[in-house]
Amino acid sequence: MKPLNDSKQTGHAQFRRLHEKNRPSVEFSIDGQAYQALLGDTVLTALLTNQGAIRRTEFSGQKRAGFCLMGACQDCWIWLESGERLRACSTMLESGMRLITGLTEDPQHE
Amino acid sequence: MNDIPVIIGAGPAGIRAAQTLVEFGVRPIILDEGMRWGGQIYRQQPTNFGRTSRQLYGFDSSKADALSKVFMGLMNQVDYRPQSLVWNVEQNRLDVIHQGQSTMLPWQSLIVATGATDRVLPFPGWTLPGVFTMGATQIALKYQACAIGAQVILAGTGPLLYLVAYQYVKAGATVLAVLDTAHFSSQIKALPGLLNQPIQLARGMYYVGWLMSRGIKIRRGIRIVRAEGKNTIEALVIKNERGVVETLPCDALGVGYALRPETQIADGLGCEFKFDPMQRAHVPVKDIAGRSSLDGVYLAGDGAGIMGADAAELSGELSALALVLDRAVHPGDAEPLRRRAKYLERRIQNITRFRAGLETAFPCPDNWIEQLTDETIICRCEEITFGHIRDAITTCDIREVNRLKALSRAGMGRCQGRMCSQASAEILAHLTKQPLLNVGRLRGQPPIKPVPAHILAEASTPKTEAAK
Repeated sequence: MKPLNDSKQTGHAQFRRLHEKNRPSVEFSIDGQAYQALLGDTVLTALLTNQGAIRRTEFSGQKRAGFCLMGACQDCWIWLESGERLRACSTMLESGMRLITGLTEDPQHE
Repeated sequence: MNDIPVIIGAGPAGIRAAQTLVEFGVRPIILDEGMRWGGQIYRQQPTNFGRTSRQLYGFDSSKADALSKVFMGLMNQVDYRPQSLVWNVEQNRLDVIHQGQSTMLPWQSLIVATGATDRVLPFPGWTLPGVFTMGATQIALKYQACAIGAQVILAGTGPLLYLVAYQYVKAGATVLAVLDTAHFSSQIKALPGLLNQPIQLARGMYYVGWLMSRGIKIRRGIRIVRAEGKNTIEALVIKNERGVVETLPCDALGVGYALRPETQIADGLGCEFKFDPMQRAHVPVKDIAGRSSLDGVYLAGDGAGIMGADAAELSGELSALALVLDRAVHPGDAEPLRRRAKYLERRIQNITRFRAGLETAFPCPDNWIEQLTDETIICRCEEITFGHIRDAITTCDIREVNRLKALSRAGMGRCQGRMCSQASAEILAHLTKQPLLNVGRLRGQPPIKPVPAHILAEASTPKTEAAK
């Protein structure tokens, strides 16, 4: 199978796609930057096949990348640019979604 | 029958309960948080994925297919409401959110089949990106055809550890090691109990043999010391079977110590709970047929205590039969129903003996607290550390979990204690030298899961105004 651009190019992606790679691609943005994922991805999969984390915690600013993937731990709530919040593990990615992770802010936490 | 029974959960228990009610001419409402039926065990991939049932569910594919076929056949005879989250429960009403709108649903008979989540025990570094629960590790593959990382370590204990390892390797993922906190001797000791379900036992042994034949390192009797890494997991540090500390590089960790029941709805309804030493947790009281302490409330599947998917199917049917008998839905001779119930009860009892065997084979570690440092996060929502919890316990002389929550904020976050309540209770019991059962049970409160603030505001508006 041909390598996907998502994980191979950045080298920082957390998730690795094993199968189901021939699905239509979906365009979306993370913190204003354009990205691609695949139709049928959750928002969490779309984020983690492109990068290594999805949000920062409210208190210490630690990076997080989800934890339970079944809607129990509530550790993957992120923002849309429109101001709504969504739970990334249980929300399907939609074309044109504009996701905010806050990962590019607060460099003092790095 | 005037009232419409409501089933919460469309996993194996909920589906069999629905099937049974339909057989007696009842059209239940089925509320399920998932996008598609099947629960977590038989979770379905998105509709545009093409893997076969065999690839997704392995040896359980025939069970998954059978259950799915049953449910599809029921579609016109049930009121199935997917993506419907029950976020509040009261004596006669449920508040259900669907596509951002909350509605109130009255109920008289309720079958609660809410399933399970991973039993989680914290360790230093467990909140690092790249660390996922064992359930999450499996869902990434089953639901999204992804591995949680390129260099995966699987650790903890329980049958899922070996199953997930097998599924990962089979799907082409790199599994560096399978690390079981249980000792091999425990697994030998458990054989008599496990022989109650010889097929399940044989499968477990098959996974181990298969992994070993492919050169996957399986190690038993280990302890997790910490996960290391700056912004992501870079290594797992363990104490090996000889007590020697080892650092194992990796970029992902799947970790879990078997499962815990999702009891928030039973709790919110006011069901009586009791401490179950085997599960090291308080579980709702029920009779073998699934009757809770409350009239009209039935409990089925793992949500009432971990018994596995096969027992969930049986208990789903059994709880629906109990409902049919109790509510006199069935006008004819009740004797065949009772005979069927007796048969189901016998099969469940058999699985109970197997479950006891599993607990012996894969005991939840009791020395995990020793690995905690003052900085180790216990409550990952509120980022409450072990040091903070210990100080709260000693300075305020706390001896009970709800007081610990109030004074430390551990368990007060969005997950409502799902991820930390077991750990907090065990820490409290350990530090105050009390048996676990004495520290009590963390009481839940609405919302059962987070809902948008405007919905909470609307729900608290007096009814007369809301009706306008």
